Amino acid sequence: MKTLKSLAASVVLLTLSIAVAQAATLDTVKQRGHVQCGVNTGLPGFSFPDDRGKWSGLDVDVCRAIAAAVFGDAGNVKFTPLTAKERFTALQSGEIDVLSRNTTWTTTRDTSLGLNFAGVNYYDGQGFMVKKSLGVNSAKDLGGASVCIQAGTTTELNLADYFRSRNMKYTPITYDKAAETVAGFDAGRCDVLTSDQSQLYALRIQLKDPGGAIVLPEVISKEPLGPVVRQGDDQWFNVVKWSLFAMLEAEDMGVDSKNVDDMKANSKNPAVRRLLGLEGIGGKGLGLPNEWAYNIVKMVGNYAEAFDRNVGTGSKLNIARGINALWKDGGLQYAPPFR
Amino acid sequence: MIQSTPRDTFKRVRDMPPPVLTIGVLGWLRTNLFSSAANTVLTLFAVYLLYVAIPPVINWAFIAADWVGTSREDCTGGGACWVFVLARLNQFIYGFYPDAQQWRVNLAFGLLIALFVPLFVRSFPNKTWLGFFLLFGYPIIAFVLFYGGVLGLPLISTDQWGGLMLTLIISAVGMVASLPLGVLLALGRRSEMPIVRAFSVAFIELWRGVPLITVLFMSSVMLPLFLPEGVTFDKLLRALIGITLFESAYMAEVVRGGLQAIPTGQYEAAKALGLNFWKSMLLIILPQALKLVIPGIVNTLIALFKDTTLVIIIGLFDILGAVESAIKDPSWLGYAVEGYVFAAFIFWIFCYGMSRYSQGLERKLSTGHNR
Amino acid sequence: MTEKKPTAAAPSAPKTPIWNNPTFRSVAFQAIVLMSVAAFFVYIANNTLTNMAQRGIATGFGFLDLQAGFGILMSLIEYDETHTYGRTFFVGLFNTLLVSFLGIFFATLLGFIIGIGRLSRNWLIARVAAAYIEIFRNIPLLLQILFWYFAVLSALPSPRNSLSLLDLFFLNVRGLYLPAPQPEPAFTAVSVVFALGTISSFFVARWAHKRQDLTGQQFPVLLTVLGLIIGLPILVFAVTGFPLTWDMPRLQGFNFRGGLSVIPELVALLLALSIYTAAFIAEIVRAGILAVSHGQTEASFALGLRPTLTLRLVVIPQAFRVIIPPLTSQYLNLTKNSSLATAVGYPDLVAVWAGTTLNQTGQAVEIILMTMAVYLTISLVISMFMNWYNKKTALVER
Repeated sequence: MKTLKSLAASVVLLTLSIAVAQAATLDTVKQRGHVQCGVNTGLPGFSFPDDRGKWSGLDVDVCRAIAAAVFGDAGNVKFTPLTAKERFTALQSGEIDVLSRNTTWTTTRDTSLGLNFAGVNYYDGQGFMVKKSLGVNSAKDLGGASVCIQAGTTTELNLADYFRSRNMKYTPITYDKAAETVAGFDAGRCDVLTSDQSQLYALRIQLKDPGGAIVLPEVISKEPLGPVVRQGDDQWFNVVKWSLFAMLEAEDMGVDSKNVDDMKANSKNPAVRRLLGLEGIGGKGLGLPNEWAYNIVKMVGNYAEAFDRNVGTGSKLNIARGINALWKDGGLQYAPPFR
Repeated sequence: MIQSTPRDTFKRVRDMPPPVLTIGVLGWLRTNLFSSAANTVLTLFAVYLLYVAIPPVINWAFIAADWVGTSREDCTGGGACWVFVLARLNQFIYGFYPDAQQWRVNLAFGLLIALFVPLFVRSFPNKTWLGFFLLFGYPIIAFVLFYGGVLGLPLISTDQWGGLMLTLIISAVGMVASLPLGVLLALGRRSEMPIVRAFSVAFIELWRGVPLITVLFMSSVMLPLFLPEGVTFDKLLRALIGITLFESAYMAEVVRGGLQAIPTGQYEAAKALGLNFWKSMLLIILPQALKLVIPGIVNTLIALFKDTTLVIIIGLFDILGAVESAIKDPSWLGYAVEGYVFAAFIFWIFCYGMSRYSQGLERKLSTGHNR
Repeated sequence: MTEKKPTAAAPSAPKTPIWNNPTFRSVAFQAIVLMSVAAFFVYIANNTLTNMAQRGIATGFGFLDLQAGFGILMSLIEYDETHTYGRTFFVGLFNTLLVSFLGIFFATLLGFIIGIGRLSRNWLIARVAAAYIEIFRNIPLLLQILFWYFAVLSALPSPRNSLSLLDLFFLNVRGLYLPAPQPEPAFTAVSVVFALGTISSFFVARWAHKRQDLTGQQFPVLLTVLGLIIGLPILVFAVTGFPLTWDMPRLQGFNFRGGLSVIPELVALLLALSIYTAAFIAEIVRAGILAVSHGQTEASFALGLRPTLTLRLVVIPQAFRVIIPPLTSQYLNLTKNSSLATAVGYPDLVAVWAGTTLNQTGQAVEIILMTMAVYLTISLVISMFMNWYNKKTALVER
């Protein structure tokens, strides 16, 4: 009885004393030794684990870039696979440091969810995929269709808007995970699978007969996808934002993982030298080592490399750069100057 | 002496053979399958059902199935493609645990079996000490083996644990941790102190009342919101805590049943001997009560074992998670059924084994009121 | 009892140190427990509020009045994208209740059949029932739900090749389509008569029971009740000129329109829940029947009751005393397990409310609390019923 009492008392004391001081995310991350990054449970091209549990994809590369910037080692990152429904709660609660999970930037999410979007790593738009045998060539003919969607996405809302504004009826069939949407579509549960266009291509290769499905030409929404952090920690927000920009700037400057050492040694271009931390303020403002951007390019590559490797011509998805090309190639990707 | 007349002479008459329809195969069939018109109809119906269900399954799973090979091209028989399961067996058992370190998992489970077997050997001495070691010593050894980081073993973080190994770890920890907690709660619920009783009742009803998936959702993504910033636990640990609290509420109700079944005389006798509360519980009441509810405890453990599949919802790759991620692999598309059947089979083996064991115990401990 | 005892007990045992006084101990221990628990909750609440304020997460229940903006596959109440988030709560809740009620119905039916089959003297039936129980209760429910959903989906034809029965019922991968009854205004009379019949049968049964208790005379209750509940409404139905039309399902565009449709998500979930829970119910029924001691049957035979009457008046009422408590907890389990609907896309409370709505609004704390409160309420209601029943049927020992 006595031991029990003292035990109870010490438990109370203990619980009250853990109220530690609030720590900045960057410090927490450094102290912990790795970045905890929320990614998709499985979407080829963006985040997908192989049979050994190794993650790869465009979203995964953003996480690895952040790890490279903070630690000088792109491997110091752990991935938390999240469904669309869990992702914001996980970020809000502090379960993850950054969410890089093909997440669309919207007003609500930026404001009342307590989140900050750090940029856009893929400009996307919502599209439709149908079976060829259905004989539909335009989204305008989809009145009355059953539509497979993933729960908790902007896709759900856009879909509702699209059909409502055209006075068409539809039946939403909502699944938790991308894989289930594909399975449902494959089994014929729905006529149409709707998602961001990039995902449609990624999901199509998971069909039993990828050739039997086509992606309709209509793009019904703007879907700027990017990494997200919690509000209220500007330093960490900047780290994530500029890690992404460094990949873009490197492409802009023609620096890639193969020539980066050469550039570092020989380049006379002040912009390149600033990017690689040889001149200018380096990583001081971010609380990072000066060669942070060099580490990103060296270990992860520039944006073009990441794009080609994961979703572009060097991958199974074979997506053209399109609006994701750099601004000078007629695309939307643009990094503010490094100075 | 009386002369026996021929009429009185005992003449041995051979017994008539029993009617042919009551003995042998025919008799058995008649009493057990065709005893009445209704029974005949039922039997025929059952035979028809079995005829419809069993042969195609056997054909799919064994006769037309493919067993050897390395890729989907080897699956040509039209039946089940077990090649897929065999090719991914390593992932199903160890998850993403590095190949070179898998001996540690094997060693830990081998040790567990080696320690467990003597418990079932009736004549083995020092069972109590062995049991204590299993409960308190073994978990430390197993943790060191699984997690590493000391004694020159490379550290394998919990996000690389997976497959059957993870399923077994979660169930084992849940089982070991939920029983003592359940006993405490059951005692609390029967306590004479109103506040303790009220909290125990509230705790039990709260956890029994909510679905496990919301508990897991809370523990996996919301918990950091309840803690001061910067304080986090390992994700697996949080799932373990969630599952343990959830199952301990069920365990408490089972144990309470046992406590209620102990006659008041036992409580009074313990008091009369001058034993304090904990001594009378530990030495008199609980040994009797727990023995009474062993079948109930095993049933709760079986439920816990099956409930571990829900951790897939929070992104831990237990055996079902490993199967799900394998069937998404583009090079093995279309073999989902094989994967699910394999997972179901594994679960079935474990659960059936446990339930047989519990039935055996029930028979052994039964005091023979049944007829 | 917590307040006054320490002072009252102290003088009677002056030699004993106060910490050895059981009453003092009990009070002190409870005070500590109370304080720790209160401190724990204050601590959690404080952390949560601080964290949420610091991270700029919206709080409060204002979001309930905002427009939801997403569609839901199936709703028992009127719902479309323009309704509020608050409404999605009820859509999810009713879908959960629907699948739970149907599941409980089918699981009970199947469970009693299997449980009685398990005790059958027919060897084959007993074995089949045993095999059923051992197979289905030892495989995790989540696996069974996934299996039924994808097995059912892949086995059914597309809408254009639907299986049909008399062109009234259609079955395809999109679900089961049935003709929907369309009552005309005059149909209200039939419903009213039905309701009246049901209520009056109850009183007839009570009166007949009382009369038998007093006089020993029996009354043909069953026939009367059948007449009141079924016969009378049919009569009214015929008199008012059959005021009921049927809305037939027909293929139009991609899908069937009109009629009643049962979505495959519901079918798969229902199949899995009923089959799984039935295995447990079967064991409960078996144990319940076996628990009635042989002495009871023998005594009943000795009193001259025939086997059917023995079963009805002696065995079943006593078996039910044993069956009902575990049965209710199975019902509770089934209700909670229906939350696995989210795995196959059936829009239950967890999928719609704690899923999509949570994600669109980001207000996890409020939404998860409300979700848990719903399940807790259901569970407490069932527990209360069980306690009431237990008290009502408890053995009164003399």
